[in-house]
Amino acid sequence: MTWPIIFKDVFTRAAANLTDQVRAAFTWEQARATLDGLPDGGLNIAHEALDRHVAAGHGGQVAIRWLGKDNDRRDLTYAELSADAARFANVLAQHGLAPGARVYALMGRVPELYAAALGTLKAGMTFTPLFAAFGPEPIKARMEIGEGNVLVTTAALYRKKVASWIRDLPSLRLILILDDAPAPEGCVALRPAMAAASDQFETAMTTADDMALIHFTSGTTGRPKGAVHVHGAVIAHAATGRFALDLKPGDIYWCTADPGWVTGTSYGIISPLVNRVTMIVDEAEFDLERWYGILQNEKVQVWYTAPTAIRMLMRAGKKAAQGYDFSHLRFLASVGEPLNPEGVLWGQEVFGHPFHDNWWQTETGGIMIANTADMDIRPGSMGRPLPGIEAGIVAQEGDSLRNCKPGEIGELALRPGWPSLMRAYLHEKARYDKCFVDGWYLSGDLAMQDKDGVFWFVGRADDLIKSSGHLIGPFEVESALIEHEAVAEAAVIGIPDETAGEVVKAYVALNPGFEVSAELERSIRGFARKKLGAAVAPREIVFRKQLPKTRSGKIMRRLLKARELGLPEGDISTLEADEK
Amino acid sequence: MTDADIRKAFLGELTQIAPDIDADSVGPDDHLQDDLEIDSMDFLNLVTALHQRLGVDIPESDYPKIATLALAVEYLKARIG
Repeated sequence: MTWPIIFKDVFTRAAANLTDQVRAAFTWEQARATLDGLPDGGLNIAHEALDRHVAAGHGGQVAIRWLGKDNDRRDLTYAELSADAARFANVLAQHGLAPGARVYALMGRVPELYAAALGTLKAGMTFTPLFAAFGPEPIKARMEIGEGNVLVTTAALYRKKVASWIRDLPSLRLILILDDAPAPEGCVALRPAMAAASDQFETAMTTADDMALIHFTSGTTGRPKGAVHVHGAVIAHAATGRFALDLKPGDIYWCTADPGWVTGTSYGIISPLVNRVTMIVDEAEFDLERWYGILQNEKVQVWYTAPTAIRMLMRAGKKAAQGYDFSHLRFLASVGEPLNPEGVLWGQEVFGHPFHDNWWQTETGGIMIANTADMDIRPGSMGRPLPGIEAGIVAQEGDSLRNCKPGEIGELALRPGWPSLMRAYLHEKARYDKCFVDGWYLSGDLAMQDKDGVFWFVGRADDLIKSSGHLIGPFEVESALIEHEAVAEAAVIGIPDETAGEVVKAYVALNPGFEVSAELERSIRGFARKKLGAAVAPREIVFRKQLPKTRSGKIMRRLLKARELGLPEGDISTLEADEK
Repeated sequence: MTDADIRKAFLGELTQIAPDIDADSVGPDDHLQDDLEIDSMDFLNLVTALHQRLGVDIPESDYPKIATLALAVEYLKARIG
């Protein structure tokens, strides 16, 4: 079925940050000029996010309106958050850490997380957020690859997920613990340390090319990849927040993504603060009435959320949204995976505004392609490239790439040159170099562009799984599964799910001496959940005597998936040992 | 059904979805999401499983009412009738 285009009226278009004129006049140099910068051409994300607003007289504006799980609340002004960031930077410096050190955060959405992120950047150190629902294995792998020097976490997460292995991490220098109780042995209690530290800290003289953030993303094979981003990325964070999210100074803005993922950092910390909005931060997880209540009571104007959450709201029906006042909402956006057309329109019906889907990935650092406020929306589409972004659809032809015709499916590619493009995968030059061919950055996503220039998402070009908007690498899951004593081999695929987009399913072959049973299935699934965390572990495990393999011994996940979905099996000429 | 039956049914479905949880160690006031690390997909699966096992339909707006073992037993008892 085709979905009706949602047209924008002339007033909506005129009020949008991004108009045809802005589009035509845009350059990255001009975008940089909207920022302060440091003396001698330097650039620092924390300065742009906090200190320049305080210097310009906006210190009293609320930066974070924090809503606690237990319905407590706390407002932090730009001046207060700036002071807390300085305190955090001082704590790091007092422990002998210098610019370049790597700081990891593993905690829920609490105010200190934001001070830690910005304080780290202010001190010229590199910040890496970790998702608190990760199990010990993903945390350990990411800290090893990134050679973490500092971990900021809570006592509970420390005991459960970190304490047993972290002392073996050679790069480790400092563990900061959030809770009020005395910190575990060998750790430092963060709150007293911050309270004793000065609220003044001279921002490190970073340049646009200095490392600022490492975000981990999953690979089809091998370990997770650490995508390196620089302070110059803030130019893109600023511009894309203005254009794709229509952020205006003073707006009340709610990004529901957790800062443990790239969206929650780029658009849950940096972009909104650089654009001087008031951010709503909700510590609690998704809850239908709580969410509707927040939109109404906090008078949210711009809301950035994800398809899984939107589909959970839709499950409850329109009736559940009745009686709430959503009249403050001005702009709704969605990211993480393509939002189905029903979801786009549901926004229109329930909130009076359609959801604006946009596309980007960890490597791009910021939004690249978007349905923007001034655009008519084709429900289900990704939208158009933002100003300063050139996107194309390409296909391999011999040793080089060719451009695909309108309507032809190919790989989505971007012309390098925008400021938030990753600068490296840590220690993995070959993997990084493979992303760049013939002057294009290759995204690994399949898409097509229609005659009107609008982009449409098709799927991943590889075996990566997208569950609740999070990219999961099958290899990382398989590696954990085969550590179970009963498991000889494992293959992991994503299967379609109405709410999460995809869920992780594992195919397992057992070692000799182990018998298939419901108990063993539970034992393996429980083992994987303990190691990987609920978000990454398989939701379903099935047993096979043998997994389909190529002649070179590679498990053919693609074939398992095709069979699971009843799709054509495609080229199976390399198949040596079939599934049994 | 007695409270003990309902508790057993609830814990049975919970540990089927999250076998990493030891049923004996679940405290009455442990929060499924905050303390037991049940995520939202697990939670939806739990609601479906409880529906199949007990015939109780749990609307989205009632999810907070089964957020702990103690709350869930009270809630399910009233709904099983």
